[in-house]
Amino acid sequence: MKKYLVAALTAFGLSITPAAAEQLKVGFIYVGPQNDGGWTQRHDIGRQAIEAEFGDKIETVFIESVPEADSTRVIERMARGGAKLIFTTSFGFMDPTLEVAKKFPDVKFEHATGYKRTENVSTYSSRFYEGRYVIGKIAGKMSKTGVAGYIASYPIPEVIRGINAFLLGAQSVNPDFKLKVVWVNTWFDPAKEADAAKALFDQGVDIMTQHTDSPAPLQIAQERGLHGFGQANDQIKFAPGAQYTAIIDNWSPYYIARTKAVLDGNWVAADTWGGMDTGMVEMAPLTNLPDDVKAMAEETMRLIKSKELHPFTGPIAKQDGSEVAAAGVVMDDGALAGMNFYVKGVDDKLPQ
Amino acid sequence: MELLEAFVLTVITAATPLLLAATGELVTERAGVLNLGVEGMMLAGAVCAFAAAVTTGSPTLGILAAMVAGVTMAAIFAFFALFLVTNQVATGLALTLFGLGVSGMLGASFVGEPGVKLAAIHLPGLSELPLVGRILFGQDPLVYVSFIILLGVSFLLKRSHIGLVVRAVGDNHHSAHALGYNVLMIRVAAVLFGGLCAGLGGAYLSLVYTPQWTEGMTAGRGWIAVALVVFSSWIPGRLLVGAYLFGAVTLLQFHLQAVGVPIPSQFLSALPYAATVIVLVVISRNRRLLRTHTPAMLGSTFVPDK
Repeated sequence: MKKYLVAALTAFGLSITPAAAEQLKVGFIYVGPQNDGGWTQRHDIGRQAIEAEFGDKIETVFIESVPEADSTRVIERMARGGAKLIFTTSFGFMDPTLEVAKKFPDVKFEHATGYKRTENVSTYSSRFYEGRYVIGKIAGKMSKTGVAGYIASYPIPEVIRGINAFLLGAQSVNPDFKLKVVWVNTWFDPAKEADAAKALFDQGVDIMTQHTDSPAPLQIAQERGLHGFGQANDQIKFAPGAQYTAIIDNWSPYYIARTKAVLDGNWVAADTWGGMDTGMVEMAPLTNLPDDVKAMAEETMRLIKSKELHPFTGPIAKQDGSEVAAAGVVMDDGALAGMNFYVKGVDDKLPQ
Repeated sequence: MELLEAFVLTVITAATPLLLAATGELVTERAGVLNLGVEGMMLAGAVCAFAAAVTTGSPTLGILAAMVAGVTMAAIFAFFALFLVTNQVATGLALTLFGLGVSGMLGASFVGEPGVKLAAIHLPGLSELPLVGRILFGQDPLVYVSFIILLGVSFLLKRSHIGLVVRAVGDNHHSAHALGYNVLMIRVAAVLFGGLCAGLGGAYLSLVYTPQWTEGMTAGRGWIAVALVVFSSWIPGRLLVGAYLFGAVTLLQFHLQAVGVPIPSQFLSALPYAATVIVLVVISRNRRLLRTHTPAMLGSTFVPDK
């Protein structure tokens, strides 16, 4: 009888310690739909990877399309539901994650792209800027107008770092390269992203890149016979003639490592920032490019992987011309993590 | 001039789905029914249009599927809100949530698939005219459909017997009933028409605007359509102004950003909404005008005497 009662109560989402307490429940909070073709889908692939790796030892749950502003409630419900390891996969989940983590000291939290940590909250991110630098170099070579468009979501360090890395890459091959930035203030709104892309193309840019989650900007590039880059996922299917390459997030190695740490009982809060060398940042095949540009891109990736090249190596100047890194000096991770200025050449004023 | 032409072209794309969905909602509301499920009906239309177009390769079949989907969703609303006399606000909200879920489920296998784009029409000679050629004669068929529906609705509501009956039902269902009109059936028809239009608006998103399917791709446009109806004070002509104004301000803010105008982007993002509010305030200063067009029975239920 008790067994049925427990089953019934669990079915209604009430917190009762499950009979099979040995199984580790791993939760994921997604900002977009599970299969958005971009950012969230890559996290979900990571979730599937841990299921494949650990089989019966774990159980995964996820909640998709969670609004950042309303996420505290959702994260808390997941913790109450018995998840012992919870990945919150968007920058905006940062404070809600910390708030819930305080109430559940025995639950381990992993927050993507944030910078606030406690005893049971880790942070992790990828060095996407390495990929941004590579696509910047490609844009510098391929653009005829010398101006690229950049659709940006929110003015957070992560996004600003990407914009700067892209422009530094472009300027390394074309010192006069310019960048037009449009902020859409959303991570996911295909129609709005398409509108922004059209406005930028109408303003004379011929290469598009974006830090939003849908393939809409690439589709517009395809329609106009111009080019762009995929974001978070390989989006070549949407724009076979327009995509040069795409930055692909690969969370699987990290998710497997962290889940294993919890299973083995040696999880500690940490900050992980993996780049191309760890496999967390990958690039889609180079397409629609002449051989010399392909070779240049491949060489750049090799140098980044082997750490011979760091995208943020001086001389780097802010928009007003003041120097942030002298020639040959590499900016440290702290400076990168809190980046809140544009480098010279961005045709925009940074929203404060 | 070239930039102006490009600007107008993009504004038309931004305004059309709003205009389609809002025209349908306007008719529904003029019959006295408040259906807040527009977002859900648009999503159902978008996913069915995409699925049918990709499966058959024909955007026309996609549009038909979207119309069927919109009408089906509206029928569900009509069944609950009109026949079972449930609360219309709650039922409409439920319809939106239902549409969000069911479209996500139906569309799961279509995510990440490239779509089929509805081609723009091309009239030799006319479409190549400088400036006005592409704007007037080079749009996709749904743009013309949106205008035809709007003109038709405007004419019928104002000048025809059917329109008079619809308005009578929306303004005083007891009188309309006493006069022998079948209030429920007229409301059902208006609700279904609303669903049809919302379905078309959804189809526009997944076949023209961004030929792809992603969950929740309407991103709140159904709600904007509902707001536009209030904005228009239930007059079709103003709906046209509202939808195009909203589209124009949306595009304008991106252009301003791309040019590098030093205005905070958060402010620019809020601009379309702010512009809508300002116009609303201006309109509602004329109270007499606003009142005469608000359907008096909006949202109230009707149970015919046995």
